[in-house]
Amino acid sequence: MSDKKNSAGWSRRDIMKAAGAFSAAGTMPMFFSRGAWAAESFRNDPGNSATVKLGFNVPQTGAYADEGADELRAFKLAVKHLNGEGDGGLMNTMKPLSLKGNGILGKKVTYVTGDTQTKSDAARASAKRMIEKDGVLMFSGGSSSGVAIAVQSLAQEMGVIFMAGLTHSNDTTGKDKRRYGFRHFFNAKMSGAALGPVLKKEMGTERAAYHLTADYTWGWTQEESIKETTEGLGWKTVKTVRTPVGAGDFSQYITPILNSGADTLILNHYGKDMINSLTQAIQFGLKDKNVNGKTFEIIVPLYSRLMAQGAGKNLRGILGTTNWNWALKDAGSQAFVKSFGSEYGFPPSQAAHTCYVQTLLYANACEMAGTFYPPEVIKQLEGFKFDGMGNGKTEYRAEDHQCFKDVLVVRGNENPTSQFDLLEIVQEVPRAQVEYDAKIFGGELGPYKV
Amino acid sequence: MDAIFLQILNGLDKGGAYALIALGLTLVFGTLGVVNFAHGALFMLGAFCSVSFYKLLTLSKQVKDESITFFDAFKEQPYLEIWFGDYGTAIIDYAVPLSILFAIPVMLLIGLIMERGLIRHFYKRTHAEQILVTFGLAIVLQELIKSFFGANPIPMPPPEIVSGSAPIGALFGLGESVVYPWWRLIYLAFSGIVIAAVFAFLNMTTYGMVVRAGMMDRETVGLLGIDVERRFTVVFGLAAVVTGLAGVMYAPILPPDYHMGMDFLVLSFVVVVVGGMGSLGGAVAAGFLLGILQSFASMNEIKSIFPGIDQIIIYLVAVIILLVRPRGLLGREGVMED
Repeated sequence: MSDKKNSAGWSRRDIMKAAGAFSAAGTMPMFFSRGAWAAESFRNDPGNSATVKLGFNVPQTGAYADEGADELRAFKLAVKHLNGEGDGGLMNTMKPLSLKGNGILGKKVTYVTGDTQTKSDAARASAKRMIEKDGVLMFSGGSSSGVAIAVQSLAQEMGVIFMAGLTHSNDTTGKDKRRYGFRHFFNAKMSGAALGPVLKKEMGTERAAYHLTADYTWGWTQEESIKETTEGLGWKTVKTVRTPVGAGDFSQYITPILNSGADTLILNHYGKDMINSLTQAIQFGLKDKNVNGKTFEIIVPLYSRLMAQGAGKNLRGILGTTNWNWALKDAGSQAFVKSFGSEYGFPPSQAAHTCYVQTLLYANACEMAGTFYPPEVIKQLEGFKFDGMGNGKTEYRAEDHQCFKDVLVVRGNENPTSQFDLLEIVQEVPRAQVEYDAKIFGGELGPYKV
Repeated sequence: MDAIFLQILNGLDKGGAYALIALGLTLVFGTLGVVNFAHGALFMLGAFCSVSFYKLLTLSKQVKDESITFFDAFKEQPYLEIWFGDYGTAIIDYAVPLSILFAIPVMLLIGLIMERGLIRHFYKRTHAEQILVTFGLAIVLQELIKSFFGANPIPMPPPEIVSGSAPIGALFGLGESVVYPWWRLIYLAFSGIVIAAVFAFLNMTTYGMVVRAGMMDRETVGLLGIDVERRFTVVFGLAAVVTGLAGVMYAPILPPDYHMGMDFLVLSFVVVVVGGMGSLGGAVAAGFLLGILQSFASMNEIKSIFPGIDQIIIYLVAVIILLVRPRGLLGREGVMED
């Protein structure tokens, strides 16, 4: 085959070789820069825009609106700190830290908000709007496990990372875990593991427990975990009763407890349900009863500040667990309380803390990855070990995207010194005590690339 | 036996609340022909009358906790306690029952304003339009309360002396474990008194007789030269007071929040429909009936046979009663049948 040359001395083969070499040289940098391939193809890529947008999907109406408002305050504070405004908050204490106070990867952080209404369908619709219409790179927030699980699966479908807010069900990072979902908040299994030794010490090993459980994913998994703990201590489970969410008057569920032979009531209720059921249980004189030669006890495995405020004096002396409390004295907690307290005039709730931390963790992972490309960001979050965020040494376990850190066992304060001094820290339970095998809850994370 | 006794008591106690709320609702429907979806909001406003009164009584001197520097934290002592010592403490302790005196004029005023300002413009409109406008009003009212008091429930303690439970089992020769909260027993008695007072007013006074006549045949009463419209306005105010008082006394049982009215709205409509639209006696009977059935359906023994029955019993009974007696238990012919 002849290789004819044109007047400039270029043969067809020369032209093809030159074109091949030019293409290879042109695309070479992409082989050496992480995520550059994907930069062409991922959803809501900010490209050359000077800003990036995050979505904060919190309950702004409904029973958890106050908790949602606190989450939103924390998100706004996190955005401020990421953009280099304010006192920097936890960016002063977080280790290791890749954030520079110039936004994320040099792009100023902006945000949009949505209302979950603490309803799965409304939360999904709101998240979908944020992703499709507002173009958010990540979304976060929420005060319910049902909502978290619903929007987490949407995150996976759409390839946008979801940094969960307050969700305590084992299912969130158990059977319903997703590659695109991450939970900093602790879970029911960890509550049970943290409470166990304290219950043994304070209430002994021969008790008869009666459970009232909110009839949805969080309630079921908490009942299962607490039951496993108490039965492990040698306690007998008298009965587990499911109650409708938002029942209001729980008296018809409380009266059977009176002559059930139980000497301990475990309230697997959250928010308004817990406030109502606890108030009514106290009115039925359960705390004044003496059964089986023991003083009747009530346990509320998951506490929040809003619940403590709503239950008032009824909460005094009652044991439970929390993810975080503003009274902690470590440098991270103090930095966050200072920052939040100076901004808003009152201390942050545990919901605010987890939302703030989640925002910083996402931003930090982007900085570490050097890209917004979700699979690369996910890889940075998986197995990420950090400290200085208010819960001691913490790790985002790669296998299930659950954060492992110290858990607080608390008690309703008998002698509060101020309107915010509602919970007394009984014990900071070390992380090692609440760790468990990721395989026990099953589930599949799913693919990185969607 | 102990369990059955407790569930009957519990049912009566629930029924008392349902009957009180439904009584006001049916009073408005029977006289004005208005389907008032803002009725639940009146219950909520009543509960917030007690919250407001309690907050008024507990206005406090704030002593700053100097150990906290990032925000202002206070230990509070009510001025009433500072000024009047133990008497002040006692007044605060009785805030809920005392707030009845505060709630009566407030609820009457709210009722009159609601009727004169909005409801009367919808007398001759369709029920669908009445439902839409009153439902909208309910949302406005609850959002107003939310903006002032937040979304979280607010604890309202009953007086210390009745904060525990009564050893009622001993009185009836039952086991010692049979106890019942004093406040719930008081609520049951209170609802009985209010219901009796409303019936006495309607049956034993001339004013009530005219109202009842107006409920039967508004046109004829009008032709007799009686300003029936004005009397009906007063009846709306009375319904607001009855419902508001139900809310005031319910505050220690269910810590008030802005949404509590909506939680009771559907239930109170079911009670009215089961009792018979416009029938006062029917509303009371249905309130107690549904309260008792709901209580029994929640027994573990029943739930083990029919899982989930506690959540649907009220609606199931409503369906059965409406199939057997389409006008409800004591419904009158011609009401909502045009």
